[in-house]
Amino acid sequence: MQRYSVFSLLGNALTGNRNWERAWRDPDPKPEYDVIVIGGGGHGLSTAYYLAKEHGVRKVALLEKGYLGGGNVGRNTTIVRSNYMIPGNTEFYELSLKLWEELSRDLNYNVMFSQRGQVSLATSPAQMEAYSRRGNVMRMNGIDAELLDREQLMKLLPYLDYSPSARYRLHGGMIQQRAGTARHDAVAWGYARGASNRGVDLIQQCEVLGFLREGDRIVGVETTKGPIRAKKVAMAVAGSTTTLAEKAGLELPIESHLLQAFVTEPLKPMIHHVISFATAHFYISQSDKGGLVLGGDLDGYNSYAQRGNLPVVDEVLTIAKALIPSLSRLRVLRHWAGVMDMSMDGSPIIDISPIPGLYINCGWCYGGFKATPASGFTFAHTIARDEPHPCNAKLRLDRFRRGYQIDERGAGPVPGWH
Amino acid sequence: MLRINCPHCGERDHSEFAYGGDATIKYPSLDNADQEAWFRAVFIRKNPRGKHSELWQHVGGCREWLVVERDTLTHEIFSVTSARVLAEGGQ
Ligand SMILES: Cc1cc2nc3c(=O)[nH]c(=O)nc-3n(C[C@H](O)[C@H](O)[C@H](O)COP(=O)(O)OP(=O)(O)OC[C@H]3O[C@@H](n4cnc5c(N)ncnc54)[C@H](O)[C@@H]3O)c2cc1C
Ligand SMILES: [Zn+2]
Repeated sequence: MQRYSVFSLLGNALTGNRNWERAWRDPDPKPEYDVIVIGGGGHGLSTAYYLAKEHGVRKVALLEKGYLGGGNVGRNTTIVRSNYMIPGNTEFYELSLKLWEELSRDLNYNVMFSQRGQVSLATSPAQMEAYSRRGNVMRMNGIDAELLDREQLMKLLPYLDYSPSARYRLHGGMIQQRAGTARHDAVAWGYARGASNRGVDLIQQCEVLGFLREGDRIVGVETTKGPIRAKKVAMAVAGSTTTLAEKAGLELPIESHLLQAFVTEPLKPMIHHVISFATAHFYISQSDKGGLVLGGDLDGYNSYAQRGNLPVVDEVLTIAKALIPSLSRLRVLRHWAGVMDMSMDGSPIIDISPIPGLYINCGWCYGGFKATPASGFTFAHTIARDEPHPCNAKLRLDRFRRGYQIDERGAGPVPGWH
Repeated sequence: MLRINCPHCGERDHSEFAYGGDATIKYPSLDNADQEAWFRAVFIRKNPRGKHSELWQHVGGCREWLVVERDTLTHEIFSVTSARVLAEGGQ
């Protein structure tokens, strides 16, 4: 493989950029593999990468119905953080953040991970108390967190509305300095290149239509490119989880909901951090190209429509303007929506399924991008060793039946409320 | 924007309504101690990509709970019925 470096950049610049190698191979499917991973999003690609890299699984295929990175991995607002409090999530997301910190080096691919700090705003003394509790739990787990009082907040984020007539009275907040953003396409492409170089067959335009069985065991998949056999089949298909799992005879605690995001025309640097606002569910950051990237709540009802809806547009932009009045004349360039797997407790599922031969990775709600490295890392472990990694040991499917939900928000079994 | 035709108030924007989830879920009776039945009612969802029977409450209007049959892919609405009328055996 061609390694990316200062020298490869220079060499290719001098030869008119005509000699770059393809980032990944484009093979035809073989009749049989050790592991088939379904879904070429961030989670599927990272799973394939770590299967090859950490566990030496030799014959791995990744099947993607469209093109690599064309799903939610390329459609999210790229926020990466590990400020979780509930056991199960805490250790998992911190493993992920540690992997993010090494990712560009590990992949030899610049994923533009930018630890610009994420601020969670508080609008009441009670919310400040909640953040101090969360921050303490995080620090006891070795994760960074700092509280900000109102004066510190005014210094750090001077463009928020602190006037007496402000719609939201800002009491302070919490900052995780190691949190930030990453270039989402680069994450998919970096993992794809890394997996391909380690022998994984990445097969695009190959939709999984059903499963091959021997007795009650799944022994492969039926695809638009014909049947492909495998000792183990693993799915990481985000918004298609219910419909694909159904074909395996598996019912899951999941509903599909829409999440929208927006990007404005570019500005000179203004918002240096990622800002989250739980009071009205809103978040905003500025991309490297200058556009403000923002989003808010789910549309709120079951949907596979993958297109936005005006009430949420109205709501998100109203909150944006109330918090940051100077945005009022800015134009929104684009908005779009992704179909999310909303799990019944708001936390993900990475597990061996009850159907022999089938492994599941789903239920990411709207926080799955930050999970991409740890999701692949622990899912690969679960598939290769037939037991969970310590960091996904609590993210198992049977937690719902046993009464061990991981309900970070305390919202109960209503997916739309997480 | 979905437009829901409330049997009492007429056709309104969906932002007048609150979503109540899957209308086909039958909760076990409170004295039923069958764990599996409760687990399925509380956590398992069919989540169809297509026709879905769901609850909406007209909070910005008559406050009645309605059962709406809607396509989750196209947003087409096939029928809107009062949940109370359905529970009483339909008319
Ligand atoms: C608007 C929006 C904003 C978000 N913001 C954030 C954020 O700021 N931070 C964060 O952490 N998370 C965020 N998320 C959530 C995050 O994007 C997802 O949780 C995560 O990307 C899902 O995992 P994935 O990348 O593997 O999914 P995807 O990229 O959707 O991958 C699934 C792939 O499976 C393929 N597939 C499906 N069915 C089949 C089949 N039958 N055969 C073959 N292939 C199939 C699909 O084509 C797709 O490419 C956001 C999501 C949205 C929509
Ligand atoms: Zn009404």
